[in-house]
Amino acid sequence: MSRILLNRRSFLATTASAGAMVILPNRAGALAAAPVKGGRLVVAGDSEPANLNPAIVASNGVFFVASKVIEPLAEQSYEGSDGLAPRLAISWEGSADGHTATFKLRDGVTWHDGKPFTSADVAFSALEVWRKLQNLGRVVFKNLESVETPDDHTAVFKFSQPTPFQLIRNALPVVTSVLPKHLYEGTDIAKNPANQKLVGTGPFKFGEYKPGEYYLLKRNDAYWQKDAPLLDEIVYQILPDRAAAGNALEAGEIQLAAFSAVPLADLERISKVPGLKVYPNGYEALTYQLIVEINHRRKELADVRVRRALAHSIDHAFVVKTIFLGYAKSATGPIPAYDKTFYEPDTATYAFDPAKAEALLDEAGYKRGADGNRFTLKLRPAPFFNETKQFGDYLRQALAKIGIDARVVSNDTPAHLKAVYTDHDFDITVATPVYRSDPAISTTILFESGLPAGVPFSNQYGYANAEVDRLIKDAASEIDAAKRADLYKELQRKVADDLPLINVAEFSFISVAHDSVQNVSNNPRWAVSNWADVWLRE
Amino acid sequence: MPPLLAFFLRRIVTALPVLAVVLVGSFLLLEAAPGDAVDAYVARSGAMDADQLAQLRQEWQLDEGPLHRFRAYASALVQGDLGWSSAFERRVASVILERLPITLLLMGVATALAFFLGSLLGVIAGANPGSFRDRFLSTTSLALYAVPGFWLGLVLIVIFAVDLRWLPIGGIESIASGKTGFSRMGDIGRHLILPVASLAMVYLALYLRLMRDRMNEVWRDPFVQALKARGLSRNRIVWRHVARNAVLPVVTMLGLQAAAMLGGSVVVESVFAIPGFGRLAAEAVARRDTPLLLGVILCSAITVITVNLLVDLAYGKLDPRVRVGR
Repeated sequence: MSRILLNRRSFLATTASAGAMVILPNRAGALAAAPVKGGRLVVAGDSEPANLNPAIVASNGVFFVASKVIEPLAEQSYEGSDGLAPRLAISWEGSADGHTATFKLRDGVTWHDGKPFTSADVAFSALEVWRKLQNLGRVVFKNLESVETPDDHTAVFKFSQPTPFQLIRNALPVVTSVLPKHLYEGTDIAKNPANQKLVGTGPFKFGEYKPGEYYLLKRNDAYWQKDAPLLDEIVYQILPDRAAAGNALEAGEIQLAAFSAVPLADLERISKVPGLKVYPNGYEALTYQLIVEINHRRKELADVRVRRALAHSIDHAFVVKTIFLGYAKSATGPIPAYDKTFYEPDTATYAFDPAKAEALLDEAGYKRGADGNRFTLKLRPAPFFNETKQFGDYLRQALAKIGIDARVVSNDTPAHLKAVYTDHDFDITVATPVYRSDPAISTTILFESGLPAGVPFSNQYGYANAEVDRLIKDAASEIDAAKRADLYKELQRKVADDLPLINVAEFSFISVAHDSVQNVSNNPRWAVSNWADVWLRE
Repeated sequence: MPPLLAFFLRRIVTALPVLAVVLVGSFLLLEAAPGDAVDAYVARSGAMDADQLAQLRQEWQLDEGPLHRFRAYASALVQGDLGWSSAFERRVASVILERLPITLLLMGVATALAFFLGSLLGVIAGANPGSFRDRFLSTTSLALYAVPGFWLGLVLIVIFAVDLRWLPIGGIESIASGKTGFSRMGDIGRHLILPVASLAMVYLALYLRLMRDRMNEVWRDPFVQALKARGLSRNRIVWRHVARNAVLPVVTMLGLQAAAMLGGSVVVESVFAIPGFGRLAAEAVARRDTPLLLGVILCSAITVITVNLLVDLAYGKLDPRVRVGR
């Protein structure tokens, strides 16, 4: 019985080539047995968002539960064209001038309360919710002017400015959760009770929420897809303690822990428990990037030679191997290697070379003082993950070796965000921005200048480069997909050279599941997809 | 006015300034913590633009100064309104009412167990100071006292829930089981065994030590000699006289420990995934939810004051010299 799905080395081998990612370890087993209907899947949950509506709050914590109830127009897929699989939309097309995007919608879909799903729901969601209220939709649908509904199953999006359809398409899984117009129209959308008791078209209906205890989802017998869903119920059991998910899996009280609820350090042990499988894939579309943010207001750090010296002081291989225990990859720039459309491999790189780092610092005029120090930096590692804190400690040591005294300042999350993104009270930080399938969604704001203070996960670094700003602006309205990709490749070369921030590694989450759970990790957003095909083997 | 009622009223009036100080202090502490509820919210929801942030701050009244906000909170509080929780997007009172009974149940059962078992074992140890029984119990209790509650909880989970699978690993009851009446009560009871054990064990040891040491002292009092001389049976001396005299400091400690028990529940509730009050307090701080935190602190303070009131009344029952109203 193969208990250990993949050891560290084979994980690295598979993820090294993107083609290998589509080979799903559980597929062979799933094909062997016919899917069985029924059963309750119990999953470890941790966050309990006050607003569970994915059309308003497009975050992983919300999607984890809500994606089973409320569906987007399309979902990410390993096999589909453009990396998408149809959901509420069956086809999509952008016009040549970038002013319209046309969606053909699925026929015969009903809301959980029995009302039919039509193009009016899509138009309402787009205009009133995604464009106005949703954190990411406000970026993607900034220029959305109107949505025409020539018939019940066609929605035509009209944009006031040319909007790259490539961006719309890449954003579909995340920003297009469709809400029922008949429940939201004429209400205060942000305060609607349906934001907690969700009503959607998805394979599961919202059953019950007991704060601090669980969410219960129940099968939607009227789901549009034939013979789906397979599970009767999904339960998210809230487990606040770090050790709880691993214990609960071992005790058989839960069958699945997603989003690295089992800490990396425990995986070695958990993977040896009979009947448990570790899945390092299924999160490619939620790739996090371990970066070092740099405050360019500091005189020393405004010098590109100093920034390059910092980059040369970091041993990526050590970070991947020792901090991420192999569950990460070295990064070269702001776009992860798995995204073949936008990734530019041919950029300046900074090999681990402390001697070169010291030479660069000397050249910049920051020689070691009598105490061996060149200068002191305030280092704020983000408290978001164990690994960010550990990397903060590593970075302090790595910088000490090249004569920079980094003082670590640790805070909890709200304090960290305020210090870095509002007060700019830092010299360097350790941060983890997310790459969301298109650079325009949440990546370019890391480089764009002129953003107001207080915007989290954005360029609050005092970095301004006219050339970089121009590339970002041009790409935002470039209709031609190939040209747009080229602009982003140019941007990657530019920032690899100028180094406004340092990309160290790419990482994502790990799932651990009982081997009875079938069809785990079979798409790049698996944990936040609808689980219509998940089933439990006897 | 009956003396008992007057006593109650007096206690409540004297408690008011304490409550006020506690509230102002907590407000200031949370105010001094960098980052506000919107910063905490953003960390969970992901990216947001400047307009949205400003709007949210306005909606949650974070754009007002702290003085204004505290005044608004206090004036609502006087009218019995605990305010609105930004973390849960619900009224604070409803969030608290949901969690308080669970923690009171956990605390109540743990305190009762620790008190009765602890003092009983204390009597057994103290009945014969220096005996083998005494030494065994004293040493064991010391060892128990040295163990942190959360560690004990984790060990109990690994043994009884993961390895033996006798007891549930956490939670307050089985999820969506549809159980009602006695079978539901039994289910909750099963879920309480491990958290109560890990919470009670430490205090049990404390009560045992206290009881035993105090009895050891009382044995040397002259009145015990007198009782012996009058020919009373040893059992009667132990239970009616020595133990009854020795239990007073234990009862005092019971009142003092009520507050510590609430503090301990923060950790135990997290370890056992119990949706209680302690976890709520931790969450309120992490999410910078000032009204919720103040509500939790207020209710905790009232709980502690009530427990101490009951302790004072019990005191009177045990020792006629300090009876209320005399």
